[in-house]
Amino acid sequence: MDNLESLAAAARAAIEAAEDSAALEQLRVDYLGKKGQITSLLKGLGQLSAEERPQAGAQINVVKQDLQGLIAQRKQALASLAVEAQLAAETIDVTLPGRGQSTGGIHPVSRTMERMAEFFAAIGFDVVEGPEIEDDYHNFEALNIPAHHPARAMHDTFYVDEHTVLRTHTSPVQVRVMESQEPPLKVICPGRVYRCDSDLTHTPMFHQVEGLLIDEHTSFADLKGVIEAFLREFFERELAVRFRPSYFPFTEPSAEVDIQCVNCGGDGCRVCSHTGWLEVMGCGMVHPKVFEYSGIDTEKYTGFAFGMGVERLAMLRYGVNDLRLFFDNDLRFLEQF
Amino acid sequence: MIISEQWLREWVSPDIATEELAHQITMAGLEVDAVSPVAGQFSGVVVAEIVSARQHPDADKLQVCEVNVGAETVQIVCGAPNARAGLKAPLAVVGGVLPGDFKIKKAKLRGVESFGMLCAEQELGLSDANEGLMELPDDAPVGSDLRDYLGLDDHTIEIGLTPNRADCLGLAGVAREVGLLNSLPVTQPSIDAVPATIEDSLPVELVAPERCPRFVGRVLRGIDIARPSPLWLQEKLRRVGVRSIDAVVDVTNYVMMELGQPMHAFDLNALQGGIRVRTAQAGESLELLDGQTVKLDTGTLVIADHEKPVAMAGVMGGQGTAVSQQTTDLFLEVAFFTPQLMAGKARSYGLHTDASHRFERGVDFTLQTTAMERATALLLDIVGGEAGPLQESVAAEHLPARPDVSLRAARIKRVLGFAMEPAEVERILAGLGLGVTTTDKGWSCTVPSWRFDIAIEADLLEELARVYGYNRMPTTRTTTEMVIPARPEGHLALSGVRRHLAARGFREAITYSFVDPKLQTLFDPGLQPVALTNPISADMAVMRTSLLPGLVSAVLRNTKRQQPRVRLFETGLRFLPGEDCLKQVPTLAMVVTGERLAEGWSTDAQASDFFDLKGDLESLLSLTRSGGSFSFAAARRDALHPGQTALISRDEEVVGYIGALHPAVGQELGLAAPLYVCEITLSALLQAELPQFTELSKFPEVRRDLAIIVDREVPAEEVMTNVRASAGTYLTDLTLFDVYEGKGIDPKRKSLALGLTFRDSSRTLSDQDVNLAVDQVVDSLEKNYKAELRN
Repeated sequence: MDNLESLAAAARAAIEAAEDSAALEQLRVDYLGKKGQITSLLKGLGQLSAEERPQAGAQINVVKQDLQGLIAQRKQALASLAVEAQLAAETIDVTLPGRGQSTGGIHPVSRTMERMAEFFAAIGFDVVEGPEIEDDYHNFEALNIPAHHPARAMHDTFYVDEHTVLRTHTSPVQVRVMESQEPPLKVICPGRVYRCDSDLTHTPMFHQVEGLLIDEHTSFADLKGVIEAFLREFFERELAVRFRPSYFPFTEPSAEVDIQCVNCGGDGCRVCSHTGWLEVMGCGMVHPKVFEYSGIDTEKYTGFAFGMGVERLAMLRYGVNDLRLFFDNDLRFLEQF
Repeated sequence: MIISEQWLREWVSPDIATEELAHQITMAGLEVDAVSPVAGQFSGVVVAEIVSARQHPDADKLQVCEVNVGAETVQIVCGAPNARAGLKAPLAVVGGVLPGDFKIKKAKLRGVESFGMLCAEQELGLSDANEGLMELPDDAPVGSDLRDYLGLDDHTIEIGLTPNRADCLGLAGVAREVGLLNSLPVTQPSIDAVPATIEDSLPVELVAPERCPRFVGRVLRGIDIARPSPLWLQEKLRRVGVRSIDAVVDVTNYVMMELGQPMHAFDLNALQGGIRVRTAQAGESLELLDGQTVKLDTGTLVIADHEKPVAMAGVMGGQGTAVSQQTTDLFLEVAFFTPQLMAGKARSYGLHTDASHRFERGVDFTLQTTAMERATALLLDIVGGEAGPLQESVAAEHLPARPDVSLRAARIKRVLGFAMEPAEVERILAGLGLGVTTTDKGWSCTVPSWRFDIAIEADLLEELARVYGYNRMPTTRTTTEMVIPARPEGHLALSGVRRHLAARGFREAITYSFVDPKLQTLFDPGLQPVALTNPISADMAVMRTSLLPGLVSAVLRNTKRQQPRVRLFETGLRFLPGEDCLKQVPTLAMVVTGERLAEGWSTDAQASDFFDLKGDLESLLSLTRSGGSFSFAAARRDALHPGQTALISRDEEVVGYIGALHPAVGQELGLAAPLYVCEITLSALLQAELPQFTELSKFPEVRRDLAIIVDREVPAEEVMTNVRASAGTYLTDLTLFDVYEGKGIDPKRKSLALGLTFRDSSRTLSDQDVNLAVDQVVDSLEKNYKAELRN
């Protein structure tokens, strides 16, 4: 029995030093197995006197339980070490880029046009589209621009034949709406338009968003309110807006709308030709002749219309400095939107 | 329209600075495009007289001049060819500064001292003329400051007039506006009738009175054409952008710029018989002042004498009757031509003149005699001579009608959004020259002869608004009715399609709707595209029948810029000519070339193929929740690969196609890698089904896999459709998980591995149920496709 303590001490040290579960198992067999050293001590109890036996048996069992506990403990420790080792081995560089298709994008003109349409859709305008090869009547005449009207010269029209043109604005869509629907009307007409002009600041195709509201009580003051609110929300700025008398055959009174330059804040810079103002759109009260062409009662209804160039506003909004980039479709440009 | 501020201020001079004046004009609807000083910034330039000029001893092209500057005489070395004794010219004295901050110092030129610099117009920023010294009139006061003498502290104001404001195509009209805007009276120069001192006249017949209802003529005899226009006249013309020619032409231009009335002077002795204002006769032609000879069409109004046309009325005079250095007698013409009948005439000859610009837009039809008196008085003053009587021919019934226009007070409130004070209404309308009388509802207005743009009430509302000031008018927020709009759920929004494609790695492109006819023919040789009569260039001459020419060009531009991986889409109209009418079809097109995925650390480089694009397309089709209504069938199409092209149908109707670009076409275009393309009609893509719930089964599913061998030509889609039809109602899912051709299989055959999933909503399926279904499938495949099971 004298060696129980030294046996226990050796066993504890061996368990503590076991490197893996196999070594641990071997230790369990060596000490606690059928032929193990502790087991042998228990077997040897029979040789002791009846008085000594209970005490010695108790002592050996204490050691046995202690070793059993230590082995279990060590086993758990080894298991968690193994898990840790595995996790360590599985560690990846989480900063590496992910896998899969890269994201594309929407053309800045579409993006701008959709955004414009959303503002007006939110206050009840319907989005309407129409043909781009248009007849002379809808593109000009029904808009109070008869043949030889000087305003036609301002349009640089592409002709398909004598009576057919590429629409020079999206206004003919409004005419088609007025012809086919009864007021009150609230429509927004986005789309491609064409003018026979190509230089640094003109492309032969560009985009417009035009709007039309016809109701029983619509005034120039309402038009100003809608346009001002739109421009401020579009640019997300409390910018100054001014209305300047102008002339369009299809509206009267007509106005050009200027905003405080978004580049310099109105101080004057290259973008605004040092005037502090940027011309951004045209608008006005629908001309009675236009109503008459479409059979709308000019006494009962009034209406306003407005139109803007999408590229122009997109350039100002995103700082694009060359109009022609919009139609070059260079990925290095498209990827910026 | 260019005006000189100084000239304007002779008529009306508000106490505001130039900038403010320009702003005011702009905000009244006469948009000022530019304000510029009439001369460069310079000082120390005086009127000087060359007393003597002798050859420079050491330089052929220089002269040494003694120049009188009033207080003293200085020596100036000068290279101008017109430097001569007796000439008065501007001299920049030592200490003076010329435009560009060029300081004048004492200098030595080839050894001779020079105390200043004699100047050409260009050196003073007056004009582009630099061929010699600016020649000042003989009566120019020597020693006086040139700026004071010429009144150079002036600005030109360039107004971009809208076509309705013909009344402002003369200084008088702008002055009227400025007077009203500042509530100031406008002082017109006094224009009195010039008494005739000779009896000479020329008979005038108005043969086409509807086109020319008023013609005023006058004979002037014994003029001295050699006498130049006075400096003040030349200067005024220069400032409004008109070159001085001779006194007669200058005066006619002056009257036009001042009053807005174009006029013309003929050499009286070149006219035969008398004047006939008539339309041209077939076969007539006319040599114009600009030297070109035009064939006149019979719709053109001409001024003719008794033999021939002598001017294109209201556009340009003829060369044969023009005033020349030999002219001694004049016939002056001032007419009114009906604007609607003048419109487009000049342009039909490729002409656009100051006169045609005004007559097309409308010249005051009561102005002719005034303009004639003004011109006569100026001419007699400058070139002398004797004036005949003023001859006026009128066809009053053809002069423009000016019916009164009524204006209702209530309408002002309704259209402009506020009630304008009646006194303000009357002030504005009267200030514009309208006659205003009150009525029970508002006012009745007579319209002045110079306003061709006022005929209805809305015209008056516009006048009130613009003069009152748009920005002084109220601004309101419209309150609209709360109507919930229709938003059909079965219609997909195009914006959603765009976002879906963007999420799948596509960039949206926008290409021109007009394309190169050659490319167009390559893709759609069977279609005759709509051609433009006036294309911007030969490679933008026809309207696209497919979005591909534009997109393929965009791909090419990018691959040539070292961007080999391109995924683009575009939406827009295709223009399809048809038997009866042109169809304009909203369409979506996609193109893919280069690597499947962007280069990265974890993926091997793999080139995109047909199925990449087809997968993108199918994912789009699935947005309709009706993917099964679409089918693909092998087909051939121009410019596409004969073995890699499919037509897309929705419910049996062809709605598009997908395929690889034909390698030969790709090579011809210069594409390095295969290009996959697809085009589909948008209406087919945007029509969606609503989600429809089916009960979730609590019972387990059973999966059976089948490997069958069929002929290579049998389309997989057909096999799948057949399986779906023959498997019975328990089949809930069918996948094609392998396709194999090659070793171990008849080279004419292929193996398809199908995964069939069965389930019932009310019970667990037995082996027997499933076996029965599988047997049906196998039977059907054997019967229809000679399929055999692969072991």
